[in-house]
Amino acid sequence: METLEQLKTRIEAAAPGAQVDIVPNGCPASQPSLLLDGGHARAVAQFLRDDPTLAFDYASNVTGVDWPEKTIKEKIKVKKTVEGVEKEVEEVCERKTPAYLEAVYHLYSMARKHGPLILRLRTENRADRVALPSLTPVWRSCEFQEREIFDLYGIVFEGHPDLRRLLMWPEFTDHPMRKDYVEADDYEYEPTPHEEVLAKARKHYPGGTPA
Amino acid sequence: MSASTTTVELAERAPENQLLEVSLGPQHPSTHGVFRMDVALDGETVVKLKPVFGYLHRNHEKIAEKCSYLGSMPYTDRLDYICSLTNNWAYALTVEKLAGLVAPERAEYIRVILSELTRLINHSALAGFLLQDMGALGTPLMYAFREREKILDLFESLTGARMMCNYMRFGGCRCDLPPGWIEQARSLVAEFPKFLDEFEALLTGNEILLARTEGVGVLPAKLAVNAGVTGPMLRASGVNYDIRKVDAYGVYGRFKFRVPLGERGDVFDRYMLRILEMRESLKILDQAMRDLPGGPIMDPKAKLRNLRPKPGEAYGRIEGPKGELGFYLISDGGPNPYRYRVRPPSLINLTILEDMCLGQTIADAVVILGSVDIVLGEVDR
Amino acid sequence: MNGAGIIKGMIETARNFAGSYHDSKRLTTVQYPEEKLAPVENARTIPFLVYDGGDAMPGLRCTACMICEKECPPQCIYIVKDQVKKPDFVGKMQMQPKVFDIDISVCMSCGICVEVCPFDAIKMDQVFELSTNDRFGGLLLNKTQLAKPNEYFNKLHKTEASEIDARRIEEKQKAEAAAAAKAAAPKPPAAPGGAK
Repeated sequence: METLEQLKTRIEAAAPGAQVDIVPNGCPASQPSLLLDGGHARAVAQFLRDDPTLAFDYASNVTGVDWPEKTIKEKIKVKKTVEGVEKEVEEVCERKTPAYLEAVYHLYSMARKHGPLILRLRTENRADRVALPSLTPVWRSCEFQEREIFDLYGIVFEGHPDLRRLLMWPEFTDHPMRKDYVEADDYEYEPTPHEEVLAKARKHYPGGTPA
Repeated sequence: MSASTTTVELAERAPENQLLEVSLGPQHPSTHGVFRMDVALDGETVVKLKPVFGYLHRNHEKIAEKCSYLGSMPYTDRLDYICSLTNNWAYALTVEKLAGLVAPERAEYIRVILSELTRLINHSALAGFLLQDMGALGTPLMYAFREREKILDLFESLTGARMMCNYMRFGGCRCDLPPGWIEQARSLVAEFPKFLDEFEALLTGNEILLARTEGVGVLPAKLAVNAGVTGPMLRASGVNYDIRKVDAYGVYGRFKFRVPLGERGDVFDRYMLRILEMRESLKILDQAMRDLPGGPIMDPKAKLRNLRPKPGEAYGRIEGPKGELGFYLISDGGPNPYRYRVRPPSLINLTILEDMCLGQTIADAVVILGSVDIVLGEVDR
Repeated sequence: MNGAGIIKGMIETARNFAGSYHDSKRLTTVQYPEEKLAPVENARTIPFLVYDGGDAMPGLRCTACMICEKECPPQCIYIVKDQVKKPDFVGKMQMQPKVFDIDISVCMSCGICVEVCPFDAIKMDQVFELSTNDRFGGLLLNKTQLAKPNEYFNKLHKTEASEIDARRIEEKQKAEAAAAAKAAAPKPPAAPGGAK
């Protein structure tokens, strides 16, 4: 299989206007991925599947990831004038990482027995602009997995033939795998005396715990 | 109602309001767990089939974000609860990729031996359950379980538990083989072909089995590849893709074994393929037990507690008995994974359940579901 | 001949049926609860605490280090440390648990608590006839119910227990030798500032 840089140039040639970035990977296994923009994702996917040398005909895994906003405090050196003298001062700067939801696709080729190629698609934010193009028309195996991401994360896949909840029941409202999900605590009496569990359970029985 | 995505046309189709809608499940002896199929029938032919699941959803992926890496290992046993050791191996493989650990040779050989034994128990259980779905209430199942019990006894004497083994660790295995274990395993592998011959004499020539499975639930190869089907179901449709040969993870590159392929992709091919795969597994077991080296079973750099891999991500996959079992881990440098994802083969194999069942009778739908070989613990996680 | 496959299958079944009367390999079940299968050495069901000697509470090996509570995946162990310390088998003063509860309805028999315990204090038991009709407290075992003697541990897991016992005897002898050497050593020199 070609390197990611060569792949990037070929994709940009095949699907003009597509923005492709390479996301590095820190761990020893080193599986870097390609970050695609939403508008051209389906065209790129079609190219990857139909190109005879690449032949990525098998989408193995579709994952949703939640990246909430994080505030990173960094100390950087800034030139400031203090009492008329220009000095280098260390200032603490706060930087916020963007909040988004992400869909990660792992592609393999059964015809050519190579892979994996990892694609990433990011939404614009976690609140209202959570739409991404669905790759189910290209690879049928994404059908249930994208439904699961819609169910557990809330990413709306446009172009999906049957987008409804998969694992939770249809009347459920929240998205359980998000990092800020608060689980319902209306469970039965929990005998293991861990303090917070007991306190939560007691709140449901104002007259005392049930027998 | 949303339209079906396939192009099967039935010659005379009853209008929508004359279809009988049946909900098959979730409590049904033939659905392999809490699984529901909403079927729309025209007489006895299936016109629409929508699988519904989530009854066993325990949000395993979120539990893993709260446990440490080691703490998720017993939870992986409970994913595909029939084959717990292959689940353990897939997870251990992924964490080893993430953290850069290497298991020693003896541990790799032990992993292969246990994984192939797991394949034996899974396929024999499947053959038994498939026959039970077809109406042979219990006899082939009990034959298969007789052999399964011997292998489960082996697992108990090594790992401590019959089904929830929790044996693989990051960088090797939990404990070494007790004395006498290899001899016991060898005698079991020596006797297994006789059981397979008996099983085949019981079943493979049986006219009822052939009539019910030949031509039923045909899956064309191109659709199988596009739908992400893996494992015996894919190979029964004729696609030669076995991750043990493609990735050659562990020490699989050293063993000589063939990959059986099916011709028509119907239920009989899937059943027969699993019997043939059992015979190939016996070959691998013979070779692995013959070449088992001595030595340590854990990577000396591996830590049991407080494993904190560097930030990064890894995707590791193995050829489980049901298909490609993959784990995708994102680490942020802390003791718990940031994102832990299981790629469940049973769930992905269910994608084309509807396509296979359209136009068949409702009785065939049950048989086709049996041949897909699902375990709800994996589908729902 | 049509039906040959079915007849061949029926011959197999008949062979098994007839064989089950005289071949023990064909008869694979035991009449539980009158007959029980012998326990396997490595089997694990629920944890128990090991104590040395005859008295459970002073002989308990657990030092309330909280490692098993932290590593337990379903968080079924609950420990409260005691303010009073007690000596361990080499004579060093160690902490002890005041409360040690395990909720065995939550415990999933994974054995991770046993693997991470640095003091060989918690081991896996093999009892499984544990049903009770007390829904809430019956499956919550406390320190007294969990404590079992070292002889019981030796009976269950012979090889592991004998290894641990041998190691503990060795450590005790080393500690006693070190203590004897320290007592016999000459008194330490006077503080600086005294003698030159």
